[in-house]
Amino acid sequence: METKRMALIATKGTLDWAYPPFILASTAAALGYEVQIFFTFYGLQLLKKDLSDLKVSPLGNPGMPMKLPFGPKWLKSMNLNIPNSVQSLVPGFESIATSLMKRTIANTGVASIQDLRSLCMEADVKMIACQMTVSLFNMEHSDFLDDIEYGGAATFFEFAGDTDICLFI
Amino acid sequence: MNFDKELDARGLNCPLPILRTKKSLGELTSGQVLKVSSTDPGSVKDMQAFAKQTGNELVASSENRGEYVFLLRKH
Repeated sequence: METKRMALIATKGTLDWAYPPFILASTAAALGYEVQIFFTFYGLQLLKKDLSDLKVSPLGNPGMPMKLPFGPKWLKSMNLNIPNSVQSLVPGFESIATSLMKRTIANTGVASIQDLRSLCMEADVKMIACQMTVSLFNMEHSDFLDDIEYGGAATFFEFAGDTDICLFI
Repeated sequence: MNFDKELDARGLNCPLPILRTKKSLGELTSGQVLKVSSTDPGSVKDMQAFAKQTGNELVASSENRGEYVFLLRKH
C-alpha cells in the first residue's frame, strides 16, 4: 500500500489554535501518513523554542466558554459571561484566562502543546517555517527549533501537490 | 483473553490514547496482543478507526462504568 500524505498550513499563533495542527499531524503520523506542516504568519509562534508565550484570548471570542477549572461543581459548570468592554479594561486578563485554560487542559488529560509538538517531531513530521514571515516580522532563526527548514510557497507546493489531505488551519 | 502487553491510557484525552497505542504496538511482534485501558469516551470510535486504517485487528472492545478496554492484535 502506498504511503498516504498530508500537508497542513498552520497560520494561528494562540494556545487554543495550536492544538489542531499538532493533533492532526501526530495522529496522521500514527496512522502511517507522511506529514508536513508549513507554518506561516502567526503560526510561526508554534515553532519557537519557548512555547510559554502562547496565550488564549477570550476577547472578541463569543464561542469560548469561560469556566473555572476549580471550586465546587456548581461553580465549575457556570459560564462566566464577562463583557468585552470589561475584559479589555482589566490588565493581564489574557494571562489570567491563559493560566485558567492551562489548568483545565491539565485537569482533563489533554496533552500540552510542548508534548504534542515533541510527539510530532519523534514521528518525523516535517516542519517548515515561512522565511518571508520570519523576515517580515524581523524574527531570528535562533528563536526557532533547530530541526526545522525554512522555505516559501513553492516549497510548500512541492509536497502539497502530491498529498491525500491538505488543510489550511 | 490473554495479552502480551498492557497500556494504561486512563485519564488521557484525544489523541494521546491512540498515539500511546501506536507506540506500544511498535514494541510487539506480529500476532501479539495489546490490552489498552482508557477513560476517554472518544477512544471507542477512534480505536476502531485506528485499527481499520493500520491493519491491526481490534479483537475486543468493552465498557465498564466509564472505563474502556480494548484488545488489539498486531498486524
